[in-house]
Amino acid sequence: MTPLRVQSLAKTFTMHLRDGVVLPVVDNVDFEVNEGECVVLGGPSGAGKSSILKMVYGNYGVDAGHIWLTHDGVDIDLATADPRLVLTLRRDTIAYVSQFLRTVPRVSALDVVAEPLVIRGADKAEAQDRARTLLAQLNLPERLWSLPPATFSGGEQQRVNIARGFITDHKVLLLDEPTASLDATNRAVVVAMIAEKKAAGTALLGIFHDEDVRSQVADRIVDVTAFAPRIAA
Amino acid sequence: MTDTPLLRVSNLSKYYGARLGCTDVNFELYPGEVLAVVGESGSGKTTLLNCLSTNLAPTSGRAEYRMRDDVWRNIYDLSEAERRFLMRTDWGFVHQNPADGLRMTVSAGANVGERLMAIGDRHYGNIRASAVDWLGRVEINEDRVDDQPRSFSGGMRQRLQIARNLVTSPRLVFMDEPTGGLDVSVQARLLDLLRGLVGELGLAAVIVTHDLAVARLLSHRMMVMKDGRVIESGLTDRVLDDPREPYTQLLVSSILQV
Repeated sequence: MTPLRVQSLAKTFTMHLRDGVVLPVVDNVDFEVNEGECVVLGGPSGAGKSSILKMVYGNYGVDAGHIWLTHDGVDIDLATADPRLVLTLRRDTIAYVSQFLRTVPRVSALDVVAEPLVIRGADKAEAQDRARTLLAQLNLPERLWSLPPATFSGGEQQRVNIARGFITDHKVLLLDEPTASLDATNRAVVVAMIAEKKAAGTALLGIFHDEDVRSQVADRIVDVTAFAPRIAA
Repeated sequence: MTDTPLLRVSNLSKYYGARLGCTDVNFELYPGEVLAVVGESGSGKTTLLNCLSTNLAPTSGRAEYRMRDDVWRNIYDLSEAERRFLMRTDWGFVHQNPADGLRMTVSAGANVGERLMAIGDRHYGNIRASAVDWLGRVEINEDRVDDQPRSFSGGMRQRLQIARNLVTSPRLVFMDEPTGGLDVSVQARLLDLLRGLVGELGLAAVIVTHDLAVARLLSHRMMVMKDGRVIESGLTDRVLDDPREPYTQLLVSSILQV
């Protein structure tokens, strides 16, 4: 079964505070991501890449179309799933590394990373061990692990975010520019981690502006400009 | 989260004479689920909370609650004794002003112990031990157990009110602006504490707040109210990041960035 299939997806924004101006974002988005494959969304800024990623995660609503996820062996349409089902899908099936970490006061970097395992019912100590391994792999200095990431640099926060996204074995992993604030060494670490996920059969869908990284991870590029809405005359 | 709701609300309306409080509210709440109700002053969110917690009788509509023995009861059909028992055991209510939910002239320990005594606990040693344990969980030092909440800071009072509510292991907690009126640093501590406790205890909660950051941090789902009606609802991050209704867009765009 295909872990992720996007069919005829369409999205417009209606800006009620700007006199109801309607911004068409994408139309007729169609693609799928197979097991062990990394599909990269391509196209210039503003083409709707991030919007597609956010729809696939349920963070943006959709106006039309389907987002089929294989969850517990059953195809579920996230586009029409109720909030509780979306949360279940996020817990078990679809993970997301956002561009920016949303920090919670007083929660340590280690616990931020371990949380996706803990909410799935994993033993807290084991989850923290796994989190330590990932943070070490991503070269985050150990003295930072017990601190809340709110005061970390952009690159440090991004590595916390990557570790959090990679800690589980979700079948679908979404990546929104995970290497944007990283130096060459850590970019290489992330490229290697993506290769590991592919080898494990994870379906990855990402946005990578860095051409070097993109050429190393992408199996296929989906050109988002093909989904540009036709402007009504 | 389990697959049977804890609370089912249908067509709930409250009118104050001819004036609308809230109308046509429908939702289900599941164990472990936190629902935020947001909207500005006068939007009907506090009226809704007071109806749900049976402090107010609705004009029409139903709210069915699954009791601990799995029997569904319309909470407005409960006898006064049943209602009081529910409020003291299976439910909690955290008021914005801690003085409304605490007894200010008895000790902190007694404030927590009182709810245990109300459900029949009579062993002084056990009650005191529970009280000390709960004060610790809300980060109040054991040496303050015999002090009256009058001598506590606002943040401490709020944490004490939370301990008082949670000591009987309720399944459902109502919160009315639980961080309102607190300094931001105190708010952060309280939010972190609430977030931890809600997750750890698997509580269901209805939180009324006008603070969207609080809603984002604590809730799974949210309902936006305006003029007594629910105008938008859904997954919390969906409503906040992709608001549809003009009023929700206004609310979200009015947040100050720091």
